[in-house]
Amino acid sequence: MIPYAFNYHRAANLAEAQAMFARASEAKFLAGGQTLIPAMKQRLSAPSDLIDIGRLEELSFIKEREGSIVIGAGTRHGDVAASALVHGGIPALAGLAGEIGDPAVRNMGTLGGSLATSDPAADYPAAVLALAAEIITTRRAIPADGYFLGLFQTALEDGEIIAEVRFPVPRRAGYAKFRNPASHYAVVGVFVAEIDSTVRVAVTGAGPCVFRVPEMEEALRRNFEPVSVGGISVAEGDLNSDLHASAEYRAHLVTVMAKRAVAAAMTP
Amino acid sequence: MPLVSMTVNGERKSAEVEDRTLLVYFLRETLGLTGTHIGCDTSQCGACVVHMNGRAVKSCSIFARQADGADVTTIEGLARDGNLHPVQAAFREHHALQCGFCTPGMIMSALDMIRRGRANDRDAIRRELDGNFCRCTGYQNIVDAIEAAAREMAA
Repeated sequence: MIPYAFNYHRAANLAEAQAMFARASEAKFLAGGQTLIPAMKQRLSAPSDLIDIGRLEELSFIKEREGSIVIGAGTRHGDVAASALVHGGIPALAGLAGEIGDPAVRNMGTLGGSLATSDPAADYPAAVLALAAEIITTRRAIPADGYFLGLFQTALEDGEIIAEVRFPVPRRAGYAKFRNPASHYAVVGVFVAEIDSTVRVAVTGAGPCVFRVPEMEEALRRNFEPVSVGGISVAEGDLNSDLHASAEYRAHLVTVMAKRAVAAAMTP
Repeated sequence: MPLVSMTVNGERKSAEVEDRTLLVYFLRETLGLTGTHIGCDTSQCGACVVHMNGRAVKSCSIFARQADGADVTTIEGLARDGNLHPVQAAFREHHALQCGFCTPGMIMSALDMIRRGRANDRDAIRRELDGNFCRCTGYQNIVDAIEAAAREMAA
């Protein structure tokens, strides 16, 4: 499959990437390309220009800063999965990164690319929202609660680039994913995090965009056990229905995955 | 058209390509290295796996221009002086292929997992093969071959 023609540019740094973007008509940034390139091959996406930021070393790092783990937007999923720092601080995040796609996809795909695309079945949005992470762009800091707006919709403005993501280290966290065996995307994925005295539950794959489940959060704040969420289900009316799963089945899976995520969080 | 240059199997290669040329087409059609296959073309099957700067990647989901300056190894780059690479030899020994279409990608992924130390047990090997589809063998002999190759290469 051959994409529509476009102009390729490799940026030497973030400033140049922004200038290249401003000069083009319908540009997109290219990081790992593991969502964008397949979409372009199917001609579902037809940018006039691709600005390649996939090799910018300034975007590729993992470090600890003031109780948070800070991950550069260009960091590959495979590097997050293998990071001793992430394993030590937020093992559920390392585990999530290690379950994205397959090894070859994880060698190209990036954290920033996943968040900028905000595919409804992507894994990272669940971790970012449940951990109350902060998305630092070339222009500002965006809290996770204000970042994910809808189907493939984020708070990013035209030409704005994600530079890094700051993940607070939770007391404990767990991720459970019911994955499509062919695409490896989440049919439903639930990330549960206990941070200080609060609990946050974020669901990906089920709806048009990642979302929280306040009723589960309140139940887990009172008693952090799988049984606390066992009787809580989300309304199927808002969920996706497609050839992989009906909305009814997805609603069922949200409860099951939430229980498994809590159990995972309780198992160090 | 823009010029791309990369090292492929140890040799410096340069050619003009369209910006939209995928790495797999550059390898197969420009360089004539047809060992790298196109299977699903939707980045799931892994028949197109090559190594770029030492990491296994799907060459159907990378533009040739992204690989400009990179060091690429394809299945043609594994054998030395007419001798099969240990992973290739293990695939032959264990009858790990039938039609053979998936085999180049399987071998490139196998070598990558062995180098990363992830081919330690059969469950791990199967997990690591997530991105490589075989429609003939049922995978049993592929797992046997990778397990044997990992042992051989550790010795």
